[in-house]
Amino acid sequence: MDNLRAFFSFSDPNVVSVVLGTLLLTASSAVVGTFTFLRKKALLGDAIAHAVLPGVGAAFLWSGVKDPLMMIAGAFVSGWLAVWAMDQIVAHSKIKEDTAIALVLSVFFGVGILLLTYIQHSGNAAQTGLESFLFGKAAALVGRDLWVFGAVALVLLVAVGLFFKEFQLIAFDEAYARTLGLPVGRLNLLLTSLTVLAVVTGIQAVGVVLMSAMLITPAAAARYWTDRVQQMILLAAGFGALSGLAGAYVSYVAPAMPTGPWIVVVISVVAILSFFFAPGRGIVYRYWQQESLRHDILEENMLKAFYQMGEQEEDFFASRPAEELLAWRKFPPASLKDALRRLVRKGDMVRKNDAWQLSPAGLERGRSIVKKHRLWELYLSRYLQLAPDHVHDDAETIEHILTPELEAELLRMMDYPDLDPHDAVIPYGEKDKKE
Amino acid sequence: MTMDAVYIILTATLFSISCGLLGAFLLLRRMAMVGDAIAHAVLPGIVIAFLISGSRESVWMIPGAASLGVLTTFLIEFFHRRAGLQTDAAIGVTFTALFAVGIILISVFAGQIDLDQDCVLYGEIAYVPLDVWMTASGEVIGPKALFIALGLLVLNVLFVVLGYRQLLVSTFDPAFAAASGISVVLWNYLLMGAVSFTTVAAFNSVGAILVVALLVVPPATAYLLTHSLKRMLGLTVLFAFLSSACGYVLAVALDGSIAGAIVTCAGGLFVLVWVTQLLLRRKPAKELHPLT
Amino acid sequence: MKFTAENPVVEFHDLTVAYHRKPALWNVDLTLPAGALIGIIGPNGAGKSTLIKAAMGLLPLSSGYVRLFGAELDAVRRRVSYVPQRESVDWDFPASVMDVVLMGRYAGLGLLKRPSAQDREIALNSLEKVGMAGFRNRQIAQLSGGQQQRVFLARALAQEADLYFMDEPFAGVDAATEAAILEILQELTSSGKTVIVVHHDLQSAASFFHWVVLLNMRLVASGPVDEVFTAALLQETYGGRLTVLAEVGELVRKRQISGREKY
Repeated sequence: MDNLRAFFSFSDPNVVSVVLGTLLLTASSAVVGTFTFLRKKALLGDAIAHAVLPGVGAAFLWSGVKDPLMMIAGAFVSGWLAVWAMDQIVAHSKIKEDTAIALVLSVFFGVGILLLTYIQHSGNAAQTGLESFLFGKAAALVGRDLWVFGAVALVLLVAVGLFFKEFQLIAFDEAYARTLGLPVGRLNLLLTSLTVLAVVTGIQAVGVVLMSAMLITPAAAARYWTDRVQQMILLAAGFGALSGLAGAYVSYVAPAMPTGPWIVVVISVVAILSFFFAPGRGIVYRYWQQESLRHDILEENMLKAFYQMGEQEEDFFASRPAEELLAWRKFPPASLKDALRRLVRKGDMVRKNDAWQLSPAGLERGRSIVKKHRLWELYLSRYLQLAPDHVHDDAETIEHILTPELEAELLRMMDYPDLDPHDAVIPYGEKDKKE
Repeated sequence: MTMDAVYIILTATLFSISCGLLGAFLLLRRMAMVGDAIAHAVLPGIVIAFLISGSRESVWMIPGAASLGVLTTFLIEFFHRRAGLQTDAAIGVTFTALFAVGIILISVFAGQIDLDQDCVLYGEIAYVPLDVWMTASGEVIGPKALFIALGLLVLNVLFVVLGYRQLLVSTFDPAFAAASGISVVLWNYLLMGAVSFTTVAAFNSVGAILVVALLVVPPATAYLLTHSLKRMLGLTVLFAFLSSACGYVLAVALDGSIAGAIVTCAGGLFVLVWVTQLLLRRKPAKELHPLT
Repeated sequence: MKFTAENPVVEFHDLTVAYHRKPALWNVDLTLPAGALIGIIGPNGAGKSTLIKAAMGLLPLSSGYVRLFGAELDAVRRRVSYVPQRESVDWDFPASVMDVVLMGRYAGLGLLKRPSAQDREIALNSLEKVGMAGFRNRQIAQLSGGQQQRVFLARALAQEADLYFMDEPFAGVDAATEAAILEILQELTSSGKTVIVVHHDLQSAASFFHWVVLLNMRLVASGPVDEVFTAALLQETYGGRLTVLAEVGELVRKRQISGREKY
C-alpha cells in the first residue's frame, strides 16, 4: 500500500520519467497497431517485433556499448530486412504468406538469440541490460534512453496524425485508394516503417518477445467499443497507456521483475473484458440481447394465442387460466408465469384471480403479430409459390422481426390483401389504412 | 567428435523431425502461425506442471501442459466465432496473453522451480548429455532427453502414418473430406493436440520459441523442392538432421546458444535452396502479393 | 412451377439454409428424379452451391430436411459423391494426380488399411475415363484448369457412387474438356446414376440437362427442361431479386436468429 502511495504521488523524479516514458511508448505502439489491426496484418507486427532482435545484437557488437541510437538504427535495419524478406518469399516462391511470416519470424529470432548468447559468453561488461530487450524493463528507461525513445514515440504520433486520412483509406480499401491516385505503395512503406519504429521503441518497456501484443491487443480491445477509427485510435492509446502505467508500477515495486509480461497481462485483461462486455459487440451483451429477444418472442406468442382464441370464440377480452393457454399451444411451463407477469407489468394483460385477459393495448399487439404472421404466409405463397402447409413455420419466426417499413412494403406489394393462404382474415388495425 | 556432441545432435535431430512432420501439415493448412501460437501458449501449462510435480522429470506433466495448447486452439476459435474477432488478431491476443502469464509465473516462483527465462527462450540442449538414465547396477544407458525425443518421434510417426489419409484429405480438400464422412474438426484438433504435445516435450531442449522454427523452416525448405507429400516429409527429415548437425558445429564455434544456431542453420539452408532455385529457374515471377 | 419426380432420389423438404446466419435459401421444397442429368441454374448469389452443400451436410440447416435415396445422408454416404468447386483447393499442394484420385477410395477404408491393388485399379480406370491416365504421376501443380477439373471428376468416379453433386464442373474449362465431361456425365446417367450439376451458363443449359432447377434465393421452378426452360420462368429467375426477401434475410442475421423457434 505504501508502495502504491509512493508511486502515485510521483514525488520520485525517477518514477516520473519512467512513467512518462512508458506511457509514451505503449500509447504510440497502440496507435500504430490500430492500422496494422485494421489492415488485418496483426501477425506481420508479430514478425517485425521478433525480427528486430538480431539488429539490436548486431548494433551492440558493432559499437561495443549499449547506445540507444545505435540500437534503434540496428533494430530498424533488421526489422526492415525481415519485411523485405517476407515480401520476396511470397512473391518469388510458392510459399504462402502465413508460412513466410512464421519462417522469417523464427529465423530472425534464432539468429538474434545466437548473437545475444555469443555476446554474453564473450564476457563484455557492458552487455548487462541487453537482456532487458527480451522481456522489457521499464525501470531502465532513464536519462538519455528516455529522451531518445520519447522523441521517436513523438515522431510516430505526429506522423500518424499527419497521414491519418490516407492511412484510414488504405486500411479500409486499398484498391479504391489507388484509383484516387494516392501513392499507395509509398504510404504502405511509411506505415510499415512506422510499425518497425513502434516496435523498436516499445521493446524497451515490453521486450521483443511480447511486443506484438502492444500492436495487436489495444486495437483489438478498442474495436469493441467504437465503429469510428478516430475514437478507436484514442481508445487504443488509452488502453495502451493504462497497461504501460501498470508496467511502470511493477518496475517500481519489483525492480527484478520483467515489465513486458505485466503490461501484456493488463492489456489482455482489458481486451478480454471488452470481448465479453462491450456494448453492441461483446459476447455477454449479445447473449443478453438474445435473451431479451427470446422474452419478446414468448410474450408476443402469448398475446397472439390470446388473440387467436378470442378470434375463435369471438370474445377478445375473455379471461383465461394458464391451463387454457397451455392447451392452446405448448409454451414452456417454467417461464409461462414470468412472461405473464411481464405482460401485466407492461399493461398488455390484466390479471383476474388465477386468470388473465387482454388489455386493449395487448389486443392491439396481438392483432399486429397475427397480421404480420398472415401477411408473411401470404407473401411466401404468392412470391415463393410455397404450398399453404409449408408457410406457417417460417412465419412463426418472421412475425417477430418484421419492421414497420417492410410490413408497409408487403402491404403495398400485395395491395392490402384480405385473406391469408389458409383463408383466415388478415386483421387490420385503425392505422393500416390504404393511402 | 565427442560422444556428447553425438548425443546433442541426435536429440536435436529427433526433436526437429517430430516438429517437422507435424509442421508440414501446418504449412499446407496455412496454419503456421497457429503453430507459433501454440508453441508460445503452452508455457503457463509447463510452469504449473513443474510447480505441481516439483521437477521436469515427470513424463506425466507432458499431456497436462499440452492440453493448454489445445485450449489455445479452442480460444482462438472462440474469440473468432463468438466475439467476431478477426482471426489474425485472435491468434495474436491469445498467445501473447498466455505467454505473458507463463513468464510472470516463472518470475514469481523463480525460487521454487528449476526454470528461467533463458530456458524458455532457447532451452538447455547443451546439458542433455549430463542428465542420463542409468540401470539399477549404475550402468549408463544414455541421456534421458534422447529417449524422450525418441519416444516422441515414435508417437508422431505413428500418428502421421495411421492418420496419413485423413490428414491428407482434410488438408487438401476439407469440403470433400467432410462430404465423404471424415471429421475435419476432429482431425484438426488431433493435429493441434499433437503439435501441443510435441512442443511441450521438446521445450526443455530447444525452448518454446525455437520450436516454432523447427515446425516451419525444415518443412518450408522441403516444400520448395518437391511436389509430393511423401517426399516432402522425407526431405523434412533430411533438413532437420542437417540443421541440427550444422547448428551444433556453429554453436561450438561461436560459443553461443545451440538452439539459436540450429535455427540459424535451418534458415541458412532455406535461403540456400530458395536462392539456388531462383537462379536455376529464372522463371517469370508469379503474381505479386506484396506484404506491405 | 414445380414438377414432382417419380420415385425421387433426392428430396428437399422445406429447406432453409443460412450462411453466417443470413438465409441464402428460403423454403426449398422439391424432388429430383433418378437417372437424370440435372442442372441447378440461377444468377450469382442465388444459393446454387448452398443447395448442394446443404445436401452434403456441409452447412447447417435452419429448417427442413434432406433425404437421399429416402434416407439420411449418413446412412447412404457411400452412394453419394461430391465435387467441390475447382478453386476451393490449393493446387500447389504436393500431390500427384493419382494421389488425388485415390482420395475417392478413402471413404471405404478403415484407419489402418491402405488402398489395395483393386482400389488403384479403380482409380486408374477412372483416370482413363476422363482421358488423364497418361498424367497419373504428374504433379497437380502442373495441370491446366481443364485437367484439374478432369482429375476432380475422376476422383468422383473412383467413388463409384450412385448420386453425384458437382459444383460448377464446367466453369473455366476449354471446349474439349467441356465436351469430354458432358459425355462422361451422360454415360453416368444412362447407366442409371443421377448427376446434379451447379451450372451458370444459360446458353448451354438447355442442351445439357434433362431436368433443371431454377433458383434465386428461393425455388422458382423445377422440372423437365422442356417444361421449365421458358422465357417467363427464366425472366422470373434472373429478373432481379425479391428485395423483401433479401431485407428480411438481413434482419434475421442482425437479430441473430438461428433455426426455428420451438415455442
